[in-house]
Amino acid sequence: MSTTTATTSSPEAKKASGGFTAAASNYIDERTSISAAVKEFGRKVFPDHWSFLLGEVALYSFVVILLSGSFLTFFFQASMAEVHYDGSYVPLKGVEMSAAMASTLDISFDIRGGLLMRQIHHWAALLFVASIGLHMLRIYFTGAFRKPRELNWVIGFVLFILAMAEGFTGYSLPDDLLSGNGLRIIDGMVKGIPLIGTWTSYLVFGGEFPGDQIVGRLYTLHILLLPAIVVLFIALHLMFVVVHKHTQYPGPGKTQRNVVGFPVLPVYAAKAGGFFFIVFGIIALIGSLFTINPVWNYGPYDPSPVSAGTQPDWYIGFADGALRLVPPHLEFVWLSHTWSFNIILPLLVIGVFIVLVLLYPFIEGWITGDKREHHLLDRPRNAPTRTAIGAAGVTFYAALWAAASSDLIATHFQLTMEGVIHALQAMLVIGPFIAYFVTKRICLALQKKDREIALHGYESGRIVRLPGGEYIEVHQPVDEYERWKLVSHDSYKPLMIRPNSRGKITTGQRFRAALSRWFFEDRIAPVTQTEIDRSHDQH
Amino acid sequence: MAQDDNSGKDLAADDSSAHIAVPGASTGTAVVAPDAVKNPGLPAHRKRVTDLDPKKEKRAARTVYTLFYLSIVGSVWAVAAYMAFPITPGDLGSVRLNNLFIGLGIALALLALGIGAVHWGKALMADEESIDIRHPVRGSDETRQTAVEIFDTANKESGFGRRSMIRNSLFGALIAFPLPAIALFRGLAPEGKDTEPVALLSQTMWEKGTRLTRDPDGAPIKAADVTFGSAFHVIPDGLSDISHSDGMLEEKAKAIVLLMRLQPDQLHEVEERKTWSYDGIVAYSKVCTHVGCPVALYEQRTHHLLCPCHQSQFDVTNHCAVIFGPAARPLPQLPITVDDEGYLVAQSDFTEPVGPSFWERH
Repeated sequence: MSTTTATTSSPEAKKASGGFTAAASNYIDERTSISAAVKEFGRKVFPDHWSFLLGEVALYSFVVILLSGSFLTFFFQASMAEVHYDGSYVPLKGVEMSAAMASTLDISFDIRGGLLMRQIHHWAALLFVASIGLHMLRIYFTGAFRKPRELNWVIGFVLFILAMAEGFTGYSLPDDLLSGNGLRIIDGMVKGIPLIGTWTSYLVFGGEFPGDQIVGRLYTLHILLLPAIVVLFIALHLMFVVVHKHTQYPGPGKTQRNVVGFPVLPVYAAKAGGFFFIVFGIIALIGSLFTINPVWNYGPYDPSPVSAGTQPDWYIGFADGALRLVPPHLEFVWLSHTWSFNIILPLLVIGVFIVLVLLYPFIEGWITGDKREHHLLDRPRNAPTRTAIGAAGVTFYAALWAAASSDLIATHFQLTMEGVIHALQAMLVIGPFIAYFVTKRICLALQKKDREIALHGYESGRIVRLPGGEYIEVHQPVDEYERWKLVSHDSYKPLMIRPNSRGKITTGQRFRAALSRWFFEDRIAPVTQTEIDRSHDQH
Repeated sequence: MAQDDNSGKDLAADDSSAHIAVPGASTGTAVVAPDAVKNPGLPAHRKRVTDLDPKKEKRAARTVYTLFYLSIVGSVWAVAAYMAFPITPGDLGSVRLNNLFIGLGIALALLALGIGAVHWGKALMADEESIDIRHPVRGSDETRQTAVEIFDTANKESGFGRRSMIRNSLFGALIAFPLPAIALFRGLAPEGKDTEPVALLSQTMWEKGTRLTRDPDGAPIKAADVTFGSAFHVIPDGLSDISHSDGMLEEKAKAIVLLMRLQPDQLHEVEERKTWSYDGIVAYSKVCTHVGCPVALYEQRTHHLLCPCHQSQFDVTNHCAVIFGPAARPLPQLPITVDDEGYLVAQSDFTEPVGPSFWERH
């Protein structure tokens, strides 16, 4: 290549595509090869649905948490060194407290906009966990966790756990009375763990509870270790969304092989970018209008006082509820050690519950044996057993969660404390079964309704008298687009046990067949073309 | 990333329920009906009102830029509010106004910006649906073959599979190298004499002759001052003299006590503890035996103590036996008596560890 061609062509190119932008783009591309990324992702198509926004809310509230949290770190002192408060909040003037508590009060009362940032940070954290939870429910009930997305479910699950850990560590930082009592409960739970409990608590707190270490340690976790892992997992999570391409709801023109929607540039950039500011704006609005965690009302941590009706942040409620619902007298001495099953049992129950949530995609995948890629979502009714199991899980969680407010329920509705606990204990055990059966029947009924409409159309309400004197109601057939939504879904039949190559039926096979029967015994097959043709002949 | 601009019409011919072919992938127990209904393809595109009516389009454009200008107003407002509503020390109202007006400005800036952008995207940008074609997630056979060959070559060149001594010793080294990090974390808790957690958990500040004093002012309590039905929150004498850095909170977390006076005939005391109370006055650890919350609520009519955290209830008339809730053990009793001046004092420390259970408790 000669220098003459280079010098003559570049002003031309400049002229053709216009001045500074082109020059700047050229400068960057020659150093980063970014045009390849724009070509690859610029027109990538994303499908549209309101329920896809839940994950976006989670992502955006995390960004808000990072921004507001960074502001707070400039003012917060993660130290339990004793100081005498000397800030603007008169009722606590001169009171002994930790530097953490005092700096929290300073952020709230002496730094302009500090209270706003604290409240934005706290509200955003509450929204973060809530939106992750709802996002997970959306994924679950639409079957978006199926192959090839099982691993992304696991990553999302880890993010949910990390979000709760982030929440709890942040909640404990101000070293106020409420969070100190929360730590006291954690300390009590940890001590109840067999073999390692006492020493674990001793190491975590740097000596006896409460010690003067825990706030600093939680701070390191809260602003360094956990956020780093969260950012890493979010990056992985989004990378997989790009690799798999987004799922879409079934509908005319949508197939397992395509994505129907809008391109990143310009529509998705505008909508998703705008949505970030909407989420941020709503959090800012809530932060400016509603108080959250008024630590000045609680005062500094002191092991002695506690007020009735105190509540943890909402996402810890289920764990606190589990502690409350455990039956009495579950502690004994055996082999000269103390076995605190009033602690161990709730931990086990919660542990088993979340492990089942983690493993569900693999369990269902094993039962169906379906190794195809699934990019079209299920309408919840079209997977009745899965939906019913989900409803049972939600009920179980709800019972635990409600139990965290058992005292408030009792006082507000003027019930006995014991009555509320017993009712919630019953709901914890019986509720999931009721939810399961009711949900499954509703799903099957909706499937039957879909079949009916696909085959015979809507009831039009028009009554016609036939020449023979017979009255009939005219059914209005649905158009093919409408009908497609009703008839296009996966359907499974129960597994038939067959002997393997060695002529044996293994226990694993039997178990899988039993689960498969449970899942798919009550089955309403999607309408086929033959059935539609036949129904048309009849009319 | 192939994006084809068909309107979706030719998809009708496609077997649209078909999944992406994954070689050797079983359909499991899925039922694939041979006569399944065919996908009708994308319905015809419906134009928006802003596509059809130029007036509406202009109006939408006006709305969008008005919102963006409004956003600038919000940001300026927030900065102005920062200056216009300073915090006056001691005046909570000024904090409230500062919070409210800065917050509203920021919220306006963000919401107007966001709503403007979304409105632009929805009302004005092209809304013809696009279609991307999916490809199997797995690499192509060719790519996978190449990957296998690369691993094979690397294996041959390094001898990873062949040289088992090298490989296994490498695994060993990799397993061993994080161990020092685990050991280092022993430093999280103090070491040396008198730092054994079980010993520390088993004793409190109370000892023979320690006066019972009020929490938090530390005033000693005369037996005569404890009237029927009253409850005192008690700390040991001398606790308030300890500084935080010398373990005041740690001692307090174990030593807090509730003091109540009942009619002596209401107390059902076992024989060996008859001497632990004084004239109907009893003292019990205030630390819940469940997970350690302060059992702060005393219902004097029923003589029950209630833990506000998890609603364990203890019967004071019956040595604080658990009558409801998750706690399993009674609250430990502090043996008390009076000294020469009539002040309540402890006879000894608690005779068992207070607070939540732990593995080595027995």
